[in-house]
Parts: sequence; structure tokens; C-alpha cells
Amino acid sequence: MSNPLALIGRAATYLLLLLAAFISVFPFFWMAVGATNTSADVIKGKATPGGALWSNIVTFFTSVDMPRILFNSFFIAGVGTALTLLVSSLAGYGFEMFRSRFRERIFGGLLLMLSIPFAALMVPLFIMMANLKIINTYQAIILPTVASIFIVFYFRQATKAFPHELRDAARIDGLKEWQIFLFVYMPVMRSTYAAATIIVFMANWNNYLWPLIVLQTNEMKTLTLVVAGLTSAYTPDFGVVMVGAIFATLPTLVIFFLLQRRFVEGMLGAVK
Amino acid sequence: MPALVLLGVFMIYPILWSLWMSFQVGRGMNFSFGGFANILRLTQDPVFIRALTNTLTFLAIQVPIMLILALLFANALNDSNLWGRSWFRTAIFLPCVTSLVAYSVVFKSMFAQDGIMNQMLMAIHVIQDPIPWLADPFWAKVVIISAITWRWTGYNMIFYLAAMQNIDRSIYEAARIDGVPAWARFWHITVPMLKPVILFTTVISTIGTLQLFDEPNLITNGGAPSDSTLTLSLYIYNLSFKFMPSFGYASTVSYVIVVLVGILTFIQFLAARDRRA
Repeated sequence: MSNPLALIGRAATYLLLLLAAFISVFPFFWMAVGATNTSADVIKGKATPGGALWSNIVTFFTSVDMPRILFNSFFIAGVGTALTLLVSSLAGYGFEMFRSRFRERIFGGLLLMLSIPFAALMVPLFIMMANLKIINTYQAIILPTVASIFIVFYFRQATKAFPHELRDAARIDGLKEWQIFLFVYMPVMRSTYAAATIIVFMANWNNYLWPLIVLQTNEMKTLTLVVAGLTSAYTPDFGVVMVGAIFATLPTLVIFFLLQRRFVEGMLGAVK
Repeated sequence: MPALVLLGVFMIYPILWSLWMSFQVGRGMNFSFGGFANILRLTQDPVFIRALTNTLTFLAIQVPIMLILALLFANALNDSNLWGRSWFRTAIFLPCVTSLVAYSVVFKSMFAQDGIMNQMLMAIHVIQDPIPWLADPFWAKVVIISAITWRWTGYNMIFYLAAMQNIDRSIYEAARIDGVPAWARFWHITVPMLKPVILFTTVISTIGTLQLFDEPNLITNGGAPSDSTLTLSLYIYNLSFKFMPSFGYASTVSYVIVVLVGILTFIQFLAARDRRA
């Protein structure tokens, strides 16, 4: 720290970080302030709180059937998350615990599919849902999200650390395979489940493209779609839109602050 | 294995189906086999060419900027003597917990003609006159790139930070004693050690950017002005759901993304292997 060059480097580092932190946080501040201003003020770039918060909230709640929309969002994200975890952890457990000749080959094939973009799937999926006549239903929106290769991969990686002796002991005690899964595996893997819950819930909550395609009536829409719909109007009411944006962000923000440690661990689990 | 059945039904079946569809022509639900007609149409479709060029432009500019920023931030935050480390980390990571729709909306309002962005830039005298962010083809691209960078830099930074924490401290100590300056320690120790993670984030970001949809659809109203921010995913969506559906051609376009992802991922793996040898 004694030489001037190191000092300058240190100052530059702080400057860079301060700037980055400012840029990162500023839109949140902007969103909060915007919710209190009229649309005209938001577009004019007024960065101080105004008096329109209450009327924005009222407009937002009266323009849509909020209880219903919130229910849709929580229901879809919640059920979708629960099913994804169940299916993926079963698959992860299966891949690690049972030996079969084609295991690695099937798994390799799955990993390859990880790189297939959703854009390539949306048309056939849509036609499939249309043929099943379940367009605009909860099933249609939830089912395709349940098949998550990424989470299967995540569970398989985590299962590698699961002690095989535990399973062997359970088998000797005469437990059936589903009992082992339910009463031995699931409790031991709870932190993996917790991390995966966060990842999957956030993805489902924020999902936009698939609901946009498959949900068509107003009473089926999710919060994401409603907020998006408010913006794409020709003259969006930005104050109201900001209220919607806050509602859309709040659940994931709360989850993040409550489970910050788990969240980061969860993301890292994917790389190891 | 119920999971495999589900994956089969919702992944493999649609993939094969869309491959089959990509050779179909026709509108709505009426198809007929068209052979290579769709592929031919691709080469003569100016909108497709524009969507492809835009997508590749976003990829080529945004991914390197974002990953370099993430690496720099991670390196700065990895210094245990740094004051306010966890505060900076939380702040920079915060954008990636927002919903895509919410942040797109926020960005759209910030970049309005008289909006806060222009006002701030004029206040610090970076620009003289307001920039027509969303009405100009060039600036609209800049806004999209800034938006994605804002959302995902912190996400990548976390991967780098974790990997850096696994590097043995004594290597740095030895280098410091030998008088190796900080930037050289970063370049010759940190970067090579992080190679696998850098590869991972590059692949993930490439796949993500090739699928770009939400931001151009929301911030620039579906690719405006004059298709300058139209991406491949957006074009597929337009072809299938916005006008008279032409599912077959949309499938052909979607296979362009599949092929691109394949090629780019392969190149990235090759590049990583070469440098390691």
C-alpha cells in the first residue's frame, strides 16, 4: 500500500465498484419513485417522489382482477415448482442409483438437449396443447415447464454426494424403493431441494413467453402478462406500470433477501 | 422413470416434430410437404436476414462486454481487504432477481426521449441534446444491450467469485513476494485458473442471447424501430402467433437457432481445449 501506483489502483477499484453499484441499484429506486408519480412525470424523468401513489395503486387494482391474477401467478409458479422438483429429483435419484447399460448415453443425450432453445419448441408445443384441447388452462402452462433438464442435471450432481451406505442400510431394513426415496433421500437432500426451489420458482414466476402464447383470456393471465400488457399499450400509464413492476418484483426480491446464502449456493451447485 | 417419459413427451417429441414441420409449407393448420422450400425462402427473406444479423450483433457485442465486466467486478470483490465487500456484492447481484418484464418496463421509461437517462447525461455534460433512444435504430440496439448487461452481469460475477475463492491463496502470496504486479497476477494466475468457469458462462450466455425475446419485445415494442432490434426468437413468435400462423416456416427459422447454438458451443469447447494444451 506504500507506493502511489497501488493507491491509485485502489481508488480506481472503489470508483468502479461505486459506479457499478449505483447503476445496479438505480433502476430499483427509479421504479419506486415512478410508482408515486403520474405517467407524464415518469416520462419527463422526474426523480423525486410525487403524490400519485394512491391513484396509481387504485388504477392498477381496478384495471385488472388483481386477486385472481395473483392467484394465477402463485398457483402456476407454486404447482409448477413442486412438480418440477418431484420429477427432477426422481430422475436425478434414478440416474445416480440405478445402473443400466444406457445410463450415461441417455444422460449425455439429455445434456445435449439443454442447448435446444425454447423458440424451437414453442410451435410444436403449442400445436400439441391445441390438439389436446387444453389451451388457456393451468395444465397447458405448467406441464412443459415440469420437464427441466437443467434441474435433473442439478439433482444428479447433488446426488453424487448422497451416501450409498444409507440406501443399502435402508434396503436391508426392508424398505421399498419409494420409501427410501421419501423417508431417507428427501430429508437428507433438503438443502438441495431448497436451492432448487428458489431457482425453479423464480424461473416460473418470471416466465413470459410461454404464458404469452398459451394463456389467452384475461382471467387466466399471470402478473407478468398483465404488467407486460400495460406497457405495450400505445400510451402506457407509466406510474401504474411501475406499481405493477413492483408487484412483479417483490416476491423474488423477498425470497432473495430471506435466502441469500442458499440462493448463491444453489447457483453454484450447478457449476461444480 | 416417469421423469424420462415427461422429458420425452415435452422435449424430444416436439423437437422431432418441429424438424418434420420445418419441411412443411402452408398457413394455419393446413400443411403440405414442401421439401426444401422453407430453406430457400430463408435465403430470400430480408426480415429473417435482419433478425439473424441483429441477434449475432447482440451476441458479439454484449457477451464479451458482460463477461469482462463480471470478471473485473469479481476480481475486485475477491480482495478480502476491500471495504464494504458484501454490500457491493449484493448491489451488483440485485438486478438478476428482478422479473424480466418488470425491468424491461423500468428501462423503457428511463430511456424515454425526455426521460431520466437523457437528463442525467445532459446534466454531467456527456451529451448536448437528448438522444432519441428508442426511436433510432442504433440507439435502440444500445438500450437493449445495456439492459441485458444490467440484468446478467451480477449473475456471471457470482460464478467467477465462487471459482476465485477456490484458488489457493498461497499462489498469490508467492507471486506477490516475487514482485508480480496486481494486473499480472490477475492475467497470469486468476484468468487461467478460471478457464472452465469462463467457458461455462460463455456457453450459457451465448445460448441465452441467441434466445433473446422478452427485452426487445417489451422495451422496443417487438423489434422497433424498423426491425432494428428484431431477434430470431421474436421473428419466430411473429410468424407463429402474431399474423396468420405459418408454423412450418417458423420451425425452419427455429432450427437456425438450434444449429447456431450447436456450432458456437462446439467452437467454444474447441477454443478452450486449444488454450489448455
